[in-house]
Amino acid sequence: MNDTEQMRGGWSWWYLLFVVQFVFAVWPPLYNSATPAWIGIPFFYWFQLALVLVGAVLTAIVYFAVKE
Amino acid sequence: MQDVNWTALSVFVVLFALITWLGFAAAHWRKGDLDQLHEWGLGGRRFGTIITWFLIGGDLYTAYTFIAVPALAFGAGALAFFAVPYTIVIYPILFLVFPRLWYVCHKHGYITAGDFVRGRFGNRWLALAVTITGIVSTMPYIALQLVGIQVVVGGLGISGTDLPLIIAFVILAAFTYSSGLRAPASIAVVKDILIYITAFAAVVVIPIQLGGFEKIFAAVPAQKLLLATPGANTTGAYSAYATLALGSALALFLYPHSLTGILSASSGHAIRRNAALLPGYSFMLGLLALVGFFAIAAGVANLPEYAAGFKQFGNNFAVPALILHSFPSWFVGIAFAAIGIGALVPAAIMSIAAANLYTRNIHREFINSAPTDKQEAQMAKWVSLIVKFGALVFILFVPTQYAIQLQLLGGIWIIQTLPAVMLGAYTRWFNDWALLIGWLVGTVAGTAMAAAANLTPTFPLALWGYTFPGYTALYTVILNLALAIMLTPVFNAIRAQSSIDETIAADYHA
Repeated sequence: MNDTEQMRGGWSWWYLLFVVQFVFAVWPPLYNSATPAWIGIPFFYWFQLALVLVGAVLTAIVYFAVKE
Repeated sequence: MQDVNWTALSVFVVLFALITWLGFAAAHWRKGDLDQLHEWGLGGRRFGTIITWFLIGGDLYTAYTFIAVPALAFGAGALAFFAVPYTIVIYPILFLVFPRLWYVCHKHGYITAGDFVRGRFGNRWLALAVTITGIVSTMPYIALQLVGIQVVVGGLGISGTDLPLIIAFVILAAFTYSSGLRAPASIAVVKDILIYITAFAAVVVIPIQLGGFEKIFAAVPAQKLLLATPGANTTGAYSAYATLALGSALALFLYPHSLTGILSASSGHAIRRNAALLPGYSFMLGLLALVGFFAIAAGVANLPEYAAGFKQFGNNFAVPALILHSFPSWFVGIAFAAIGIGALVPAAIMSIAAANLYTRNIHREFINSAPTDKQEAQMAKWVSLIVKFGALVFILFVPTQYAIQLQLLGGIWIIQTLPAVMLGAYTRWFNDWALLIGWLVGTVAGTAMAAAANLTPTFPLALWGYTFPGYTALYTVILNLALAIMLTPVFNAIRAQSSIDETIAADYHA
């Protein structure tokens, strides 16, 4: 399969990056903790906010990787 | 209730006048023939990456969200933060599934999920099921947007009259009728700038006033600060939190107004870029959820001047009360206008989406199969008025609690269209009748489970001595899907001829 076909709705290994944010997001035991706090914000809250940014960056990486 | 806040009210009215003008002027923006349904109802599919960002952002992160999520944090604590993983999980789904749907809809001129299902599965009854589910799930959602307006109007000190709500509704109805989707698209830009200003002001200024985050979180009762650790033989709050996030995410883009926003984009690439850009709104929503804790720390619930507001609107008054408590009047006007206008954008898109569904998949399919373009667009304009009027009547005469409960049920209903719409974008393997039975059983079971759980979103599923509290929508769509998978070979065996698929594999990509 050549690159254009990959972009056209085929599978790309880059999509595995999505699994990272997906799994972290839906696994609350991982982040249900008050510590370590950051500027007074409990871990539970700042971790999930940080995960939003990580997810956006990973999605951007997939976008550029698959686009070529 | 407190006295009328004239400064805030003046700023509020000026901003409302601005967007009213903008809504009507939008008819001339990227001018198209508004006598065609795809021009009126999809803005001619011409919105690039940036307008799509504002439009979908304004569409999904509604005024009600900005009131209700902090209100939930204020009342229930950590559970409210499920909105964050929810809005993380939606973007991989948007990235993978919806460009495919965009391409096939563009190719065949589909403007609704009903159109797609009709073409893909060749079954008008399955399309009707998807259509009715879409319309019924959207109606209470529109009603809730009007609740958002009610709350801020109450916060401005106006009480004992429904006139402001009726005025806002008339403005909304008029510019939607005349400009179609172009109106919310242009207003969304203004609204979102106001919302971002308000959110960041709230997150920077209020913690300084309250003495920093450490003090704020110290004021939050310990049992609200984190999810309760599950006891023996149950997955407790963990599974509730995760399934609420996942189920809400799967349901979100099935709502007609989401699809309308997506299909109005100018290309599949614009959608993919937005999957990376839209998390900007998720981040803001997360910050706003924290505002619920600010309201606890500021102790607004115990201040006598806000007692009437809390009495009337419950925890939904937490954010308006905190804004009134923390900011000068002129900024209160900006913040409340952001929320009020924030209600108009999704309400407009939702009514357009419901109108498109009725026009295409009920009227054209079952009543008048060969309308002219002009008749079709005219029909949609009238239906958009009827839909909004229905929502207004509902909010004026029925207790708000019912709208909230119906919206909860709406999430359970709309997710039942997932196999036909989302999986349909990938595969034609499913039998259309099997999908229809899966939909029916999922809908009935979901409604019954929600009723059994006293109209709360999570159901305590008990299996093998364990309890798995989880979002009813997710449990029932799994049941729906399992049935569709089991029944597909059965129906294929008994029906010699399968329904026609008018799409081909090449329609689903660039």
